[in-house]
Amino acid sequence: MIDKRVKNAEEAVRDIPSGATLLMGGFGLCGIPENCIAAIEKTDVKDLTIVSNNAGVDDFGIGLLLQKKKVKKMISSYVGENAEFERQLLSGELEVDLIPQGTLAERVRAGGAGIPAFFTPAGVGTEVAEGKETRDFEGKTYLMEEWLRGDFSCVKAWKGDYAGNLIFKGTARNFNPMMAAAGKICIAEVEELVPPGELEPNQIHTPGIYVQRIFQGENYEKRIEQKTITKKA
Amino acid sequence: MLTKDQIAQRIAREVENRQHINLGIGIPTLVANYIPDELDVVLQSENGLLGIGPFPTEDKVDPDLINAGKQTITITKGSVLFSSAESFAMIRGGHVDLTILGAMEVSENGDIANWKIPGKMVKGMGGAMDLVASAENIIVAMQHCSRSGSSKLLKECTLPITGIRCVKKIVTDLAFLEIHPDGGFVLKERAPGVTVEEIREKTEGKLIVNGNIPEMKF
Repeated sequence: MIDKRVKNAEEAVRDIPSGATLLMGGFGLCGIPENCIAAIEKTDVKDLTIVSNNAGVDDFGIGLLLQKKKVKKMISSYVGENAEFERQLLSGELEVDLIPQGTLAERVRAGGAGIPAFFTPAGVGTEVAEGKETRDFEGKTYLMEEWLRGDFSCVKAWKGDYAGNLIFKGTARNFNPMMAAAGKICIAEVEELVPPGELEPNQIHTPGIYVQRIFQGENYEKRIEQKTITKKA
Repeated sequence: MLTKDQIAQRIAREVENRQHINLGIGIPTLVANYIPDELDVVLQSENGLLGIGPFPTEDKVDPDLINAGKQTITITKGSVLFSSAESFAMIRGGHVDLTILGAMEVSENGDIANWKIPGKMVKGMGGAMDLVASAENIIVAMQHCSRSGSSKLLKECTLPITGIRCVKKIVTDLAFLEIHPDGGFVLKERAPGVTVEEIREKTEGKLIVNGNIPEMKF
């Protein structure tokens, strides 16, 4: 077993340099690496390129890094919940690359899996296809998309062990497994960190080989964006 | 004119037994309320869930369980959770049988625009481009006209498009229409109290009317 443990989020993110490309797990605010984001917010790092499906909300998630002007570019599929994001985009402070969600997931998956490019039907005939190679297969047109990789990735899991094996919970899995594999250095924060042997090997979602650093996070807020309930009958 | 709920209710009649269905945000989400109990269908959420259940009661709210609209949800018996890459593999791979989504504009050849209004805020396309490029069966829920009264069923989309030649059926507040394989909106049903003439007047694209057009019943 290779012990990947680090003390805390501050130690885990300490060597992320300015200008780095950072991959982040999460969908909306679900399954985001809250502790890593809070730790990065406290550093002097800036000019980050962040690859994440969403950009958080004004005062939580990646929104915190936007407020501190740490982000040069966002690569995302949907950014509709963040007014500070909108302001920075319209004023030209922030570059944004919007790409289809499945293409984003697959580009990152391809990055972690060593596949430099692939063909997808998503975006054919749209703005997304501009300047990209297309090719026909069995009478249908597909678009070539390239892999996405990061200098670092930050992911959040439910449980993990010292070796970096991860288990996710509910829909908090989302982009986390792909981000883990596509980051040169993957930092995993988990709600519960256990010794090797505690996790059932058949149930592990992300093998520890993809994870370089792991720590048990604290004070998870797990903010809900759209609390929607059924009234009891 | 149909209410949003009636649009959802009419779309639900197009659902078939044993389908896997992806419901978009807005009116499409309401379709789930009108799928008959006797149909066995599975709802897919592109953030990584097959088997979406009802919204939770207050005591069952779980921040780790949301749908693609970021609403809190529950899971059903036999549901399965997975990554975003797996989710879009099942979408692109053609395993999802029916996609229901909203639109700002649809053209008579089945192009759809629903992700961007240039000059205004761009929120992003989310999973819509992957869904419309991959699904064999796409139903659109939309208003027939904009607030200013201009038709949203057009010869050609004016907004940046999300996908080409992909829409099969459309339910608006005025009508149920199908896209003809050679182009054109084929009028199938009228909303209660709405005339063919009114629909013709409010459809900029080519409207195809064959014989008597029945009125929808609710």
